[in-house]
Amino acid sequence: MKLSQLSQGERGTIVAFTDLEMSVKLMEMGCLPGEVVEVERFAPLGDPMAIRVAGYQLCLRKNEASVIIIQ
Amino acid sequence: MASDLKIALVGNPNTGKSTLFNLLTGLNQKIGNFPGITVDKKTGYCKLPDGKQATVIDLPGTYSLYPKSKDESIVFQVLADQKNPSHPDLIILVADATNLRRNLLLYTQVADLGLPVILALNMTDMARKEGIEVDVDLLSERLGVQVVAISARANAGLDQLKLAIGNRTSVPTQVAGADMHALAPEAVSKAKSVLSSDRDYFAMQLLHQHQHLDTLTGEEHGKLEKIKTETGFESSKLQAAETIARYRYLSTVMTGLIKDTGAARKFVFSDKLDAVLTNKFSGFLIFILILFFIFNSIFSWSSYPMELIEGSFAWLTNYGHQHLPDGVLTNLFLDGIVAGLGGIVIFIPQIAILFAFISILEDTGYMARVTFMMDKIMRKFGLSGKSVVPMIGSLACAVPSIMSARNIESWKDRIITIMVAPLVSCSARLPVYTLLISLIIPNKHIFGFINLQGLTLMGMYVISISAAILVAFVMKLVIKAKEKSYFIMELPVYRMPRWKNVLFTMYEKSKTFVFEAGKVIIAISIVLWVLATFGPPGRMDQVDQKYARIEAAKDSLQISTLERDKAAERLENSYAGILGQTIEPVIKPLGFDWKIGIALITSFAAREAFVGTMATIYSVEGGDAQATTIRSKMLAAKDANTGLPIFTFATGFSLMLFYAFAMQCMSTVAVVFRETKSWKWPMIQIVYMTGMAYIASLIAYQLLK
Repeated sequence: MKLSQLSQGERGTIVAFTDLEMSVKLMEMGCLPGEVVEVERFAPLGDPMAIRVAGYQLCLRKNEASVIIIQ
Repeated sequence: MASDLKIALVGNPNTGKSTLFNLLTGLNQKIGNFPGITVDKKTGYCKLPDGKQATVIDLPGTYSLYPKSKDESIVFQVLADQKNPSHPDLIILVADATNLRRNLLLYTQVADLGLPVILALNMTDMARKEGIEVDVDLLSERLGVQVVAISARANAGLDQLKLAIGNRTSVPTQVAGADMHALAPEAVSKAKSVLSSDRDYFAMQLLHQHQHLDTLTGEEHGKLEKIKTETGFESSKLQAAETIARYRYLSTVMTGLIKDTGAARKFVFSDKLDAVLTNKFSGFLIFILILFFIFNSIFSWSSYPMELIEGSFAWLTNYGHQHLPDGVLTNLFLDGIVAGLGGIVIFIPQIAILFAFISILEDTGYMARVTFMMDKIMRKFGLSGKSVVPMIGSLACAVPSIMSARNIESWKDRIITIMVAPLVSCSARLPVYTLLISLIIPNKHIFGFINLQGLTLMGMYVISISAAILVAFVMKLVIKAKEKSYFIMELPVYRMPRWKNVLFTMYEKSKTFVFEAGKVIIAISIVLWVLATFGPPGRMDQVDQKYARIEAAKDSLQISTLERDKAAERLENSYAGILGQTIEPVIKPLGFDWKIGIALITSFAAREAFVGTMATIYSVEGGDAQATTIRSKMLAAKDANTGLPIFTFATGFSLMLFYAFAMQCMSTVAVVFRETKSWKWPMIQIVYMTGMAYIASLIAYQLLK
């Protein structure tokens, strides 16, 4: 399942990325495989989204979140 | 200044790096809560306990040495290139104790470059509040470098940090972290011999991004490229592998390091605020209310100090004319310099208030939420949520805002942001709007509290922002680009603004305006006074002779208006008058006369020159003896042929539209050239903006007259 498919308040564990280049940027920001992420909220217009990861709040667009495969 | 030591501050965005920089150097600068606010390299000086002097360089915040934007590439250039003038002897890595692992990722990269490092663990007080206790000694032992717990906000731990700088070693002491050689053994070994370096990670970084270093020779670039193709060096794959290896190393470093006594769920207050401030319904409403409050405040809070300043300058001019000997020098001083100065000082209240608000919005973290909320809309128009900050910054001044667009990663998003930013009404237009609005809009309140003039002002801002968005949309269709745009950014927790910082920003921006813009304005005021006072000898003499004859004839009917008529006729025949009259045919359809024409010409240097020009022109013209302020002089201005007031609603509105759209700022042109490295973009900008201004004013005047 993709991170972008979660609803507000849902959690998941990162297992893989589908885009290599994006994965570097995401991992630098703390989105590592094995890390638990929680969807905090969506922007008023539904995109981008804010997630809680590694103890802080990260925001990213849905198309960026869609490269994160979660369980 | 002579310096014994060069120190670079490196760290993630939002770690309080800039605050620490201010504390160390005492040299102030802008600090914001928004990622990437530190755009330019900032340098200051710091006295060390041993009496030595250190140069401190504040580098842009970054999450890793692999740059995602132009801003971040500076960090790699300074740290990796020994020939770079800013290359430091010592790095202070500022890390946020509340988010240690992500911050240490950058530390491991920086440490592997092989420069002496001190780790400054910032926000330790905040971390303690959240129940996070970091074992500083254990961390220092594991990393092999000095670790100092500080709190830049609370001004704590600074002495220890300075002591640590005094205790520095000239050779790096950090223990080796993750094995970088193992990632690409062949390529790294070959690169090391090309660069004659013994640093694995330095060699590998250069394989990744040697193109960012200008100091390598063409031959070296070629050799590195060749190694990459020969060894099958896959940049993205290796970066991913490196990041994973580093985090693996960090997990051993961090074992047993942190005592987390706090509740699992932190930042409850911030979350609650976010639930309201970025809510579907209340989010935008609150944003609009905040904007409205800001504009209303700019108008109502500034009116009293502005009247005071206006009155003082009018009094000064009058007093001067009464007590100083008559002559060209007195006139130059009072009607050229003092009048120009008055036109600058009067806008300090408004600029100070606007910047107080911008600084508060950035400092509290609300600005980051605005980008979060606006991203989807902005994307539709070819911009990114990150464009919101340069756009809102342009409300103050397009010049720093265009520079702040550097942290937009995508080239296309960035170019479009740069191209439309000057359309957003900057503070230099504020004087023009204020003056014209006070002339054509009555100072009345509707519903008892909404100031009609304030509402008009907000309308001007809405027009300018709509125009910017519309142009961006057109450019999105015209400009072609392949690269992706990113929007992966941290949403910092809400914090109280640092009031000292707000006050400082108000002072700093007002000062910059007075001294930077002021210089131009005073210079233009003097040039203008000369242009308006002198003319081609033949023509001016004729005017003088004509009035000398009338005076000699003692025609009582003409004597009463003699001084005024003479001044008006002199102005008409002066160089300025001739220049204005030359362009009058072109601007007549917009409702402008030749006097406004003069102001338009001077405004192409800087918009705020409009008010100064008006002040000079109408001072020279003399006008009513009672009318001492620019406003009353302009209000009294009549068309010489028809006797009707010049500043009617149609002319005033048309003029405001012209100032809203036209590219009238030399500094902006220069900065766009610098940022885009070509004359193509500033040229396009001048043509499209001025064209738009002409058409908008033409339509407005023809419909309203």
